[in-house]
Amino acid sequence: MRITVLYFASLREARAAESDAIELPAGAKVADLLNLLRAGPLAAIDGGLFSSLLVAVNQTVVSSGHEVEEGDEVALFPPMTGG
Amino acid sequence: MSVSVQISDFRVQEEYQSVVDEAGGAGAVVLFTGLVREFHQSGSSQVQTLTLEHYPGMTEKALMDIEAQAHKRWPLLASRIVHRVGCLAAQDQIVLVIAASAHRGEAFAAAEFMMDYLKSRAPFWKKQASGDHSEWIESRESDADALRRWD
Repeated sequence: MRITVLYFASLREARAAESDAIELPAGAKVADLLNLLRAGPLAAIDGGLFSSLLVAVNQTVVSSGHEVEEGDEVALFPPMTGG
Repeated sequence: MSVSVQISDFRVQEEYQSVVDEAGGAGAVVLFTGLVREFHQSGSSQVQTLTLEHYPGMTEKALMDIEAQAHKRWPLLASRIVHRVGCLAAQDQIVLVIAASAHRGEAFAAAEFMMDYLKSRAPFWKKQASGDHSEWIESRESDADALRRWD
């Protein structure tokens, strides 16, 4: 399945792109997605930034064991700094 | 109960009145306004700005969820969250949280709870700039600590 991953804030700037399309095997989990990104489009970003990233699936933050499904809205971003 | 994410400024008196009207018979209304702080760079007199980025769609969803959690914990009669995005200057209003209840204890607690949660659970990111230099503001451990006390 093909998933579009959205990037925000410092990650978007570090990647110099707003999103990437990633090919994932069926049954892939968020951890698998992160590994694929780290080996590919996010290979060059700072290790501290990468390890701080949060993942939202369908606009809810999920843990690395969450299974990604076809058509999901997936987003990666650094810790939030609102208020 | 309502949330707004907007570029434009908000009018505290109007927001307050709308919550009072919605609450109908509240005995306490707590209102918190956050302003953009000055950030200091020695010897610099350049214009300083704070730019807020957000994740449209998720932001509104996260704020509504935070508000709903506050209503579950305390018997609130009405509430409101307004958060601005875009480019702001020092002393601009950035966030507004209002909680109305029968007694002050619940309104104080709910307003503080909503502020603590939105600082690290709603997808906003701040970038500060001074002259040619800009940097993303990093999340603070103290914000995570503030959240834990509500567990």
